[in-house]
Amino acid sequence: MESFIFYLFAVVSIASALLVVSHRNPVVSALSLVLTLFSTAVLFILLLAHFIAVIQVLIYAGAIMVLFIFTVMFLNLRDDALSFDAQGMKLKLATLFVILIIVGYFSHLGFKKGVLLLSQNKNPIPENFGTAEAVAEVLFRDYLLPFELTSILIVVAILGVVVIAKRRLN
Amino acid sequence: MMGVPIEHYLVLSAILFVIGAYGVIIRKNLIIVLMSLELMLNSANIAFVAFSRALSDMTGHVFMIMALTVAAVEVAVGLALVVAIYMHKETLDIDVLKMLKG
Repeated sequence: MESFIFYLFAVVSIASALLVVSHRNPVVSALSLVLTLFSTAVLFILLLAHFIAVIQVLIYAGAIMVLFIFTVMFLNLRDDALSFDAQGMKLKLATLFVILIIVGYFSHLGFKKGVLLLSQNKNPIPENFGTAEAVAEVLFRDYLLPFELTSILIVVAILGVVVIAKRRLN
Repeated sequence: MMGVPIEHYLVLSAILFVIGAYGVIIRKNLIIVLMSLELMLNSANIAFVAFSRALSDMTGHVFMIMALTVAAVEVAVGLALVVAIYMHKETLDIDVLKMLKG
């Protein structure tokens, strides 16, 4: 059952990722990106990362995608404004598939030769693995300084966005 | 121990990364280039969480949160630049936008 869900959502995420890079309409690309991120959230649940899955849906599929779609609608791109893109897409997609086959071949070789130690991990999974409590314990105990520095990054980004947007108004 | 071997998650992550990198290279629409960047960051997150599960160590989740923050910040700044560029140049074709080219 678990492997069925994994392969189903892996195929869904790869298909919608292909749609993101191949469709000419940015709105369709944005909605396909939502689908990719959502199926990734399902995979996170399979990996026992429940809190991360919730964050993925809230921030990626919620906040970031709203920003994308809002920008696409705000710019109101016409069809002729997009005609520069998506030309010769069949040839480009064919090239992409060739690259993917090569990547798959080499990763197959690597996993056949390499250490499969990761699959034989003997560490027991803790009782509260992946819950908000466990994530917070690691985040606020071992990684408190990086967490605080992240807030500086966000302040810098806010200032940058305000400066960029203000110059536009003048 | 696990129904799906960890290597399959890593292969999925690699495939999504390649698709995202390819989108960054071939697309000319600036917004879709940003979306492909999101795809690449997201594939890195899959690898983080998969290793975290395989090694029974929560540190990967913290790294995923950091990567998520960076992705959100990058999108905010990138889309502000997109709007400013579109107001200035009336196009999002990255072949036209080469003011910084020497």
